[in-house]
Amino acid sequence: MEENTFKVTIDGIETRVAPGTTILQAARQIGPEVAPPAMCYYKPLEKSGGKCRACLVKVAQGSERDPRPMPKLLASCITQVQDGMVVENYTNEEVVETRKGIVEFLLLNHPLDCPVCDQAGECSLQDFAFKHGTEAQRYEEERRTFEREDIGPHIQLHMNRCILCYRCVHTADQITDGRCHGVMYRGDHAEISTYISKAVDNDFSGNMIDVCPVGALTDKTFRFKNRVWFSKPVDAHRDCDKCHGKVHLWYKGEEVIRVTGRKNQWGEVDEFICNSCRFEHKETKDWVIEGPAKMPRHSVLSANKYRADLVKKPAYALNYAEQNFKKIDDSRPYDKTLSEIKESEDYQALMEKNKSYKLLNK
Amino acid sequence: MQLTDRSKKTDKTPLTLAEKSYLPGIAKGLGITLKHFFSKKATIRYPEQKRYLGPIFRGHHILKRDEEGRERCTACGLCAVACPAEAISMVAAERVKGEESLYREEKYAASYEINMLRCIFCGLCEEACPKEAVYLRHDKFVPVFTSRDQVIYGKDQLVEDMNERYERDAWTKEEMQKLWAQQKPVNY
Repeated sequence: MEENTFKVTIDGIETRVAPGTTILQAARQIGPEVAPPAMCYYKPLEKSGGKCRACLVKVAQGSERDPRPMPKLLASCITQVQDGMVVENYTNEEVVETRKGIVEFLLLNHPLDCPVCDQAGECSLQDFAFKHGTEAQRYEEERRTFEREDIGPHIQLHMNRCILCYRCVHTADQITDGRCHGVMYRGDHAEISTYISKAVDNDFSGNMIDVCPVGALTDKTFRFKNRVWFSKPVDAHRDCDKCHGKVHLWYKGEEVIRVTGRKNQWGEVDEFICNSCRFEHKETKDWVIEGPAKMPRHSVLSANKYRADLVKKPAYALNYAEQNFKKIDDSRPYDKTLSEIKESEDYQALMEKNKSYKLLNK
Repeated sequence: MQLTDRSKKTDKTPLTLAEKSYLPGIAKGLGITLKHFFSKKATIRYPEQKRYLGPIFRGHHILKRDEEGRERCTACGLCAVACPAEAISMVAAERVKGEESLYREEKYAASYEINMLRCIFCGLCEEACPKEAVYLRHDKFVPVFTSRDQVIYGKDQLVEDMNERYERDAWTKEEMQKLWAQQKPVNY
């Protein structure tokens, strides 16, 4: 087993992974504290990744055999690991600085209409920019603008907000039979579009909404209904002949205002849901409710939702208690008589300590 | 032992004749009282007169309009999520053709309500607003209410009146300090 795995060190943490694993996957195995951010890479979609450059990392040592560092930063989502590779992610100044630049690039044409956008609150670009970007932007030129466009009866395309991650195109390629949605033109002019504005009427086309990291593809039936952080997500399932039927229902009061696929820790929907689950079953009676959905604590989605397993005592308080208070040994019997107590070591030590108090020494 | 510099030795010498008669003491005391009749008063005749509360006083909420009279609020919900008392609620709606002169963005607040029983006037909504729409007025209090149905303020009470626009006296710390410096000191 040992021979078949590669040793990788990411941010000083060693792990062993199977050959052919990408750096990003290896980092995700270690945990979210070293995993590089990803805007275009989407594990369930084949060939995704390598476009947004958000996941750039520094390879400080190529492999055991050839320990030279890689000259440039590498996109970790499409670079496979080699045995003995040493990767620097958050510990490398260059990577952190570059990511600030990447945020700026991604935001070049982004309209920053978050107050209006329905994706706000669950937007990868918001999270990415907040965590890795700078506060200010240097871009002064006109942003490119497009008219809002309807892709089919349920999906709306805001090309202004698109960051050209190609996730939706890969979804269309992979899940829908016969592609009718892709990227037109090149470079700065590139835009996603349905071929000759043909509506996407595949049963699984709604997943483009979930897959889109920004608010470019949004649910038309959910448009301006509610801010995502005011709706209550609930795990639910139903018997569906097309998909597995496991979803999040988003409630506003008694009303189901939208249905989405379940996202994992990395914000990826592992199992796609069909359009009938997503758009046609919006009543509580259609579903079997499993319970409130677990939302990541750092996300605004968990605002005002006080789940006992999500509300942690702050680390500061716990550390303080650990340093300043002794653990009490509660195993002593407590029903001693006063005379016994007076003989005990604890009591005598206490009296010794309090000798200077006059009241006690009367 | 001397505990403070301000302690005074009690004078225990016997009173003189003048002191025994108490008359000069009474005259002196009445003189002090009389002096205060003519000096500047520390109090004002509230509520007819009102004292300036400062440029950053947090009073009545207002939903500002922009220069062209369009509502700035786009119902993004950031004020409501920032609100520690959960006093704010809103319903968004999409602007239709012909309403461009009423609302600035393509989305607007169809209803915007603040529960004044819940509100603690902390000003976090003002701080959170990305559209510079919600402010707490420095010149107006939320009036006292007598029943619970007067407590929830809707858009009719909150949106700015174009005939009577709200202008804050100071926006920056420097401006504010200048204003405070101009204020006459109050002698309490």
